[in-house]
Amino acid sequence: MNEFIFFFNSVVINGAVIGSIYAMGAIGVTLVFGILRFAHFAHADMMTLGAFLVLILTALFPAVGPAIGLPTAFVMMPVAMVATAFIAVGIDKLFYKKLRENNVKPVVMVMASVGVTLMLQGLIRFLAGTGTQSLYIDDRKAIFRIDLPFESASRNLVVTEPQLLLFLFLAFAVIALHLFLNKSRLGKAMRAMSDNPDLAKVSGINTNTVVGVTWIIAGSLACAAGTLLSLDVTLKPDLSFMILLPIFAAAIVGGVGSPYGALAGGFVVGLTETLAVFNWTFVLRPLEQAIPSLDLPNTLAFVPTEYKITIPFFILLAILIWRPTGLFKGKIL
Amino acid sequence: MQLPKKDIILFSLLAALILIVFASQGSAYSVRVLAEASCYAILALGLTIQWGYAGLFNAGIMGFVALGGFITMLFSFPVNEDFWNTELPGQLGGVGLKALLSVAIVYGLTQLKRLNVSKKIRLPLIIIASATLYLWVVTSLGPVAEAIESEAGFIGGLGLPVWVGWLVGGAVGGGIAYFIGHICLGLRSDYLAIATLGIAEIIKAFLKNADWLSRGTLTVSPLPWPVPEAGEIGFLAARAAYLSVTAVMIAVIYFLLHRAYSAPWGRTMRAIRDNENSSAAMGKDVNRRRLEVFVLGSVLMGIGGAALVTFNGIFDPSGFLPLNHTFLVWVMVILGGSGNNKGTIFGAVFIYIIWTMSSPAALFLIDMASSVGNAMFGWQAPDDLDTRALQARVFVIGLIISLVLRYAPKGLFPEKVAHHA
Repeated sequence: MNEFIFFFNSVVINGAVIGSIYAMGAIGVTLVFGILRFAHFAHADMMTLGAFLVLILTALFPAVGPAIGLPTAFVMMPVAMVATAFIAVGIDKLFYKKLRENNVKPVVMVMASVGVTLMLQGLIRFLAGTGTQSLYIDDRKAIFRIDLPFESASRNLVVTEPQLLLFLFLAFAVIALHLFLNKSRLGKAMRAMSDNPDLAKVSGINTNTVVGVTWIIAGSLACAAGTLLSLDVTLKPDLSFMILLPIFAAAIVGGVGSPYGALAGGFVVGLTETLAVFNWTFVLRPLEQAIPSLDLPNTLAFVPTEYKITIPFFILLAILIWRPTGLFKGKIL
Repeated sequence: MQLPKKDIILFSLLAALILIVFASQGSAYSVRVLAEASCYAILALGLTIQWGYAGLFNAGIMGFVALGGFITMLFSFPVNEDFWNTELPGQLGGVGLKALLSVAIVYGLTQLKRLNVSKKIRLPLIIIASATLYLWVVTSLGPVAEAIESEAGFIGGLGLPVWVGWLVGGAVGGGIAYFIGHICLGLRSDYLAIATLGIAEIIKAFLKNADWLSRGTLTVSPLPWPVPEAGEIGFLAARAAYLSVTAVMIAVIYFLLHRAYSAPWGRTMRAIRDNENSSAAMGKDVNRRRLEVFVLGSVLMGIGGAALVTFNGIFDPSGFLPLNHTFLVWVMVILGGSGNNKGTIFGAVFIYIIWTMSSPAALFLIDMASSVGNAMFGWQAPDDLDTRALQARVFVIGLIISLVLRYAPKGLFPEKVAHHA
């Protein structure tokens, strides 16, 4: 029983946490991919930027959180989300709009987004330094230990406060996005443009508005993902390329252009990652007592933790080989 | 061939810049900068055929550089007697045999369809077999790798001539490129960018953590040079000799690329880049041509990376950075003019000089700003100001990419397309 709880704590909960982060990033990436038709490489640094804005706000008003009973950073997150959304729209106006109007190839847009990612990286590291920072400035991270009503279970289920907040926020964001895409006029226009941009244009959809809304959604979700990730662990300014790969993998696994696919893809990538680095020896210990001849090595994991980055890569390759449209029938583009 | 005026002016400016560097920094340092720039020029030529000839997006140059550097280290570093005199090579060979056997078994299982075994049975069988065999190989490699690390440090090199390492480095780079290109080139170009970005990080992670193979973060030095080293003939002469080797390589590569560009092969490449559908309609095998040019470019990157690491004399896996080894090369290519080899070499030398000079310049500017700020407002500069100043250069690189794409998409030396009247 203890072994099962250990497995649940370290694989299911951790996998769901990192999966939710990937999902939030991947939804933004997949929307941009579907509507603007290019892979947005600057997404990871937008996440870092959002978290960094939250850090500044938290440092400015450290007393807000304790007054409400939530971490200050989480209270400040909506403000930073709005700011990041505006920054995303501004970046689009400054760097992508003219290229789009010149009808450049999608690959040139990808290149431009790499230029943007380098600029963001430079700015963030110049202003914040390269060290890791904690978003908990004045308050402490609450940890919930849930006792299980089984006799054989002496371990507890462990969930931290930021993880709970993350799950709640993800559920809220997904429902809001679902309602927006399916019920509102603008959301329908977005889906139409993602399905067929030319047809959308001739039927009188204002493409500029749709592009703006896409950036607002992508930017605010990126900010939320970055903040919640930094709340769970720490704020690292040099995250960018390491988290970009799993996010792209999640978007492609789910099917490019499909937000629900991105959600599923995020969890697939996150859970596979934690499952692959999980050390099975602990869970298999009881077997060793039952079968004395069995000699388990100290670590029995599919992939050592240092090589975690290979998992999303191989998921990506596998999906590109067998099902390039993704699980949810996205576009290959 | 008559050079146009603009080319003459730009190249004279570059020559003047080089002279200024020589005059201000001394010749030993300047030759070093030039030699490194020449290695970067090989990398940039590799990228210019991928991006300029074929429009392929490679975001993982760093991976090919690291791989080239590692292979040349493995081939040219002196033999490690501590390793070869024990029974460890035999054990390592045993692990290698197990790996080969596993590959053979899995391959055999995939061939079961010849015996009319249905897919429903084959697929689970293959998955279970590969997982089990993979665990078997990895768990048997673990103790051997640990023994190598504790008894011999790492497996050492093979003590072969340096140029063998360079060639094999290029070949292995090409092999990896074939593997990725084979999967991604039929799809949209963005996927290739994502995949190359991933493979670069994986190669780096592998070289950084496989201590038994590459000594990881402990680094390997000094790497042997293909020319007499500084200890024998002095810094200046050794570096100049190295520079002449790379210069000859660039000349050969330039000549071959020039021939390929004007040949039917080059014409096909440009036709595919400019209009994929019409060239496919003309019966050109689009994906095959792309794969060729992608592999060729990556071979050049492997060789260039090997030359760069050899020149630095130290193999340090953590020293490979996306910024220095991927995006700097990009700036060289798009600023110089993608698809124009002359422009690419110009861009490589020009940007590399600016890049090396920008580090003291950034430090100087930031120092000045902080002392002014301190004197006027009593502002206390943070301690890690120097590292931050260097990080600010990332911003400039990104800005250059954005500005060039926006205002001068063809670069300083636009590709010259021959028009037939």
